[in-house]
Amino acid sequence: MIELSSVTKTFNADRHNQFTAVDDVSLTIEPGRLTILKGPSGSGKTTLLALIGCMARPTSGRIRLHNIRTSFFTEAENSALDITSLPERFLTEIRRTTFGFIFQQFNLVKGISALENIMLPAYPTGENQADFRRRALELMELFSVSRHAASPVEWLSGGELQRVAIARALVNNPAIIIADEPTAHLDSKLSGEFMEMVGNLKSEGKTILIASHDPLVYDSVLADTVVGMRDGRITGITGAA
Amino acid sequence: MNIPLNRHSNILDFSLSSLLRRKSKNLSLLVVYTLIIFVIASLIFFVQALKREAAQLLKEAPDMVVQRMVAGRHDLIPAAYGEKISAIRGVTSVSPRLWGYYYDQVFGANYTLLVAEGKPVEPGNIMIGAGVARNQRIQASDMLTLKTSANEALLLTVQGIYPSSSELISSDLIILSAEDFQAMFNLPPGQNTDLAVTVANPREQVTVAAKIAELFPDTRPILKSEILRTYDSLFEWRGGMIVVILAVAVLSFIIFAWDKATGLSAEERKEIGILKSIGWETSDVLLLKFWEGIVISLSAFLTGVVLAYVHVFFFSAALFEHALKGWSVIYPQFRLVPVIDVYQLTVLFFLTVLPYTAATIIPAWLAATVPPDAAMRS
Amino acid sequence: MRKSSLFFLFTAANIALIGLITAHARYSQAMAETGIQERAGLVRALQLTDLCLFTEARYTRHPAMADRFAPFQDHPGAMEHFPSGSLVTPPLKRVHEHSP
Repeated sequence: MIELSSVTKTFNADRHNQFTAVDDVSLTIEPGRLTILKGPSGSGKTTLLALIGCMARPTSGRIRLHNIRTSFFTEAENSALDITSLPERFLTEIRRTTFGFIFQQFNLVKGISALENIMLPAYPTGENQADFRRRALELMELFSVSRHAASPVEWLSGGELQRVAIARALVNNPAIIIADEPTAHLDSKLSGEFMEMVGNLKSEGKTILIASHDPLVYDSVLADTVVGMRDGRITGITGAA
Repeated sequence: MNIPLNRHSNILDFSLSSLLRRKSKNLSLLVVYTLIIFVIASLIFFVQALKREAAQLLKEAPDMVVQRMVAGRHDLIPAAYGEKISAIRGVTSVSPRLWGYYYDQVFGANYTLLVAEGKPVEPGNIMIGAGVARNQRIQASDMLTLKTSANEALLLTVQGIYPSSSELISSDLIILSAEDFQAMFNLPPGQNTDLAVTVANPREQVTVAAKIAELFPDTRPILKSEILRTYDSLFEWRGGMIVVILAVAVLSFIIFAWDKATGLSAEERKEIGILKSIGWETSDVLLLKFWEGIVISLSAFLTGVVLAYVHVFFFSAALFEHALKGWSVIYPQFRLVPVIDVYQLTVLFFLTVLPYTAATIIPAWLAATVPPDAAMRS
Repeated sequence: MRKSSLFFLFTAANIALIGLITAHARYSQAMAETGIQERAGLVRALQLTDLCLFTEARYTRHPAMADRFAPFQDHPGAMEHFPSGSLVTPPLKRVHEHSP
């Protein structure tokens, strides 16, 4: 479970171009559910995802993660971890063990094979290469892109890139998947396929958080909760448990 | 396997993949880098081996050589000087040396003519260095014709040739008898080229030299330590033509490497952003760049050093031959005894591997401190 | 095989080669001992003062016996013109001796 209370993120504080991207957001994201952040561009969805995903710290407010596994917190203390005041390297560890990210631009590294791109998040963990390589190959199998394992990513089609990007998000076996405008560069057919894959992940018990202004996503039957956003504030929550 | 080691090999994997993307560029960089290490290391090996050889051989040189100077030039020294010098306390013996140069007009070569102590050759006979034999195309018991100062031909029988293993000292030597030397150059009676002085106690050598200079102000004593020092300062690798040429090469390489290593392109910046966003720490990115630098520079260093060793000690520094030969007609063919100067190689290591690696890491460091959500917002 | 393993292997092979050349240098030095003794004996017997490296001019053939102004002995206008001349410098002591 992810718990946000009065989270605010201000950029360029105390300067003439100061602007508040996320303004006093309180929200609870249930585990194993698909939550959609819906809103026009500039509504603060991406910033909110970055805050939840331990990529940035809120200016004020608290974010608590429940039931996550880390090396630096023992089970007993683990019930609710406040990530707002953690040092950078702990945030990084949480980021790579707990979250899998899918970006709008896919953010794959050019010139590197699809397989290596999928393995990238696992490299710095110090895990045995044979283990995560097997996992990456299984994921490629799952997403039917095995034949591209050795090809550089620029040879792949849009749909294949999408699947490689999802596989990369899953390689560290994270509990939470965060996707930022995942269908922005996909046609309707591929977007449909993407939602199908999201459905599969959900049925595996992953917590999924998607920011999108694509009706195909937020009108999907899979969506458990849709959080409407505008100007950094929550405008409405539908389907909340 | 343990975690830190796994982390290193995992990140190294990616460094190599990353380098292989610009295969031709990085390969040519590696080749140029290796070449420079190769030339510098060859020079170090060659000079050190030669210095060591010189030190080992020339410790048997005369303790002191006394030359006479006339009008600022090295001139003949009268035998009477030797008698007075041998009377100086501390001097064990004085032996006059007769030697000079001979230019062979037919073969265009300079020989060193030398009368050896203890009469190893009878009048009419000579011993020659291997370089002379090669130059004249003669063998033992052949005849060699020299032209005397009176322009008469002097026929000499080659009694023996010094082994080629001694070419470094004997290549251009012609050892002849005092009589033949006199016939060649027609020196005034009682005159020698210079005097070799033996001083048993090394600590007395400087005092003896001062006494000689005092006794005969027109002489110049050259101590063995000075001879040794001459060869120690020979081929100083800071000075010299090769180093000048090399400096240009090194400089252009530094500019090239600096440009390559520091010029973090927009794409590389983006990549660092991606890595940060998928959970790489700043230290992981730096480790990646560290390995990229190490892969190139360490490989170049190790390969360059090994190649240089093979070049100098198996191929007798063939690439340097032209620079060393210069205008010499007789060039000694010698195999150096291998010497590995750990100190100089360590300095070379620190002067090449470290700056390159640093030049790779530092710009990445600046880029790696970008917040991880930057890739998301772009 | 993994790329990193290949690199480690390559580096290990290189380091092994460095070890090998070090051993070769040690061995060659031991083997060359008699040759050096012979050459040193020749230096002693012939009272030699110099190595025969450059035979192109007097002052390059016998650098230890030459003068600071040696190039001018050949010709007043003869400046440094042998490549070896750039490698050979007279001992510092005698530079001072002959400086004006």
